[in-house]
Amino acid sequence: MKPNTQQLTELTTQVRRDILRMVHAVNSGHPGGSLGCAEYLVSLYQAIMNRKETFSMDGEGEDLFFLSNGHISPVFYSVLARSGYFPVAELATFRKLNTRLQGHPCTHDKLPGVRMASGSLGQGLSVGIGAAQAKKLNKDEHLVYVLLGDGELQEGQNWEAMMYASANKVDNLIATVDLNGKQIDGPTEDVLNLGSMKAKFEAFDWTVIEIKEGNSIEAILKGYEQAKALTKQGKPVCVLLHTEMGNGVDFMMGTHAWHGKAPNDAQLEEALTQNPETSFGDY
Amino acid sequence: MKKYTNTGSKDTRSGFGAGLTELGQKNESVVALCADLIGSLKMDDFKKNHPERFFQVGIAEANMIGIAAGMTIGGKIPFTGTFANFSTGRVYDQIRQSVAYSEKNVKICASHAGLTLGEDGATHQILEDIGLMKMLPGMTVINTCDYNQTKAATLAIAEYDGPVYLRFGRPVVPNFMPENEKFEIGKAVLLQEGKDVTIVATGHLVWEALLAAETLEAKGISAEVINIHTIKPLDEEAILRSVAKTGCVVTAEEHNFLGGLGESVARVLALNNPLPQEFVAVQDTFGESGTPDELMEKYGLKAANIVEKAEVVINRKFKR
Repeated sequence: MKPNTQQLTELTTQVRRDILRMVHAVNSGHPGGSLGCAEYLVSLYQAIMNRKETFSMDGEGEDLFFLSNGHISPVFYSVLARSGYFPVAELATFRKLNTRLQGHPCTHDKLPGVRMASGSLGQGLSVGIGAAQAKKLNKDEHLVYVLLGDGELQEGQNWEAMMYASANKVDNLIATVDLNGKQIDGPTEDVLNLGSMKAKFEAFDWTVIEIKEGNSIEAILKGYEQAKALTKQGKPVCVLLHTEMGNGVDFMMGTHAWHGKAPNDAQLEEALTQNPETSFGDY
Repeated sequence: MKKYTNTGSKDTRSGFGAGLTELGQKNESVVALCADLIGSLKMDDFKKNHPERFFQVGIAEANMIGIAAGMTIGGKIPFTGTFANFSTGRVYDQIRQSVAYSEKNVKICASHAGLTLGEDGATHQILEDIGLMKMLPGMTVINTCDYNQTKAATLAIAEYDGPVYLRFGRPVVPNFMPENEKFEIGKAVLLQEGKDVTIVATGHLVWEALLAAETLEAKGISAEVINIHTIKPLDEEAILRSVAKTGCVVTAEEHNFLGGLGESVARVLALNNPLPQEFVAVQDTFGESGTPDELMEKYGLKAANIVEKAEVVINRKFKR
């Protein structure tokens, strides 16, 4: 049974608490983008993807997800743990010595749920395309999902990959762009304006849909139903997911300041007050 | 009595092509990716026979490495093909994160390595690739010496689970390794026994080393010749066993003397049995246009240079 919207909302709140507490505990990490993607990743793992209970690296017979913008590892780790891939208690080891939860995700400590390292930006779409093409060779009908940051699209490899995916009809792929409009140095439009992402992806012959309310679970579920229906039609599918960096914590929203900064004790308390503990419980 | 003879000169890259063709037939998991250099890499046969397992990525090497990494997740064994420069330096970060750090079973196959690509000049040559690849944790680095060995290595790396850098060249060189000799990753091949000096060579300089050994023999110097086709993991035992007998070593490679085989051998000696060593390699400079033979001569990579260094290193041994 897939969870209903209320359960997803509750889990998202718990994931927010995880993110804030993980980053606070080591005074490092990336809360802003993580919070902005909480609804998306919770919905993806709990309701959208068709995945197996247990983890295998080859992911045969299930949908796959690749995180390209690896710095939002807090939300990724929290959602993986809360989806049963590894003990939730392990979130307490985030970024600490000898942890499997490296600052940016890696595979070589065999953390279940992670199939590629990411952190150096711009590489995830290519990997997703390769996995999608392998699925086709294996006659595996499942889909491949990739999450890309918008700032990350400034890396040229993405455009090589976009060109390739449409030219080769990689139509079992849904790439999501987290359009929060912010990167370390400021608004993306100030750092290096990306212009119309819709026009750009369409010019590269992708099917594009937009989810304007990227922090609404209902809008996300509806949008990805539509995105899934558009796969297997000869074109790769792009979802432009409009999110709010720092979502769910009022003082972290509307600014790029929390891209890579941890809250202090008082700020953590305030942020947690805005996201009270749920029935899922803190780690 | 010559143990190894030139059975007909061929290009090493054709050995790669022949190996890949054979793999296409016998290993369904093998896929091939190429960045607009099918002819140069001799991937035509594989493409023709297995179009569904061949992927033309265009002039986009970074994407090629990423796609290859992704395909391993579906259980494929990807072989990527382009020139050595574009196989390594251009995509170092992609290889580092998506292949080596992620422990993906990608075979990075690189043609036109070293100077002997020739007339295209320094932009298309590379003398740093062995260093770049051997510094990556978990990466196996192979540099084959002739057609037969390149073919055997191509077959062998498909059976090995892990990232591999396979380096070979463009020019036609003597084919002297026995046909169908099994290729063992990490196992040096002792080509000729000797007692005065060890010559440790890799790539097509192995042939130059054999020629040098003949010249040395005529001068009354007995040289041991070792073919190091795997630079990482290095067969340290084979090297130490030989130098324990000869007391000195010359390394020979078509690579910068910084970061190549020579430095790997020097490390082994420093840690175990410090002995005189001389380097036949490019002296920390870029290449230039010229015929392969002219470049070998100008940059000091010929048999005559190995002979000269052997005499120097033997003298150093006796001065100790």
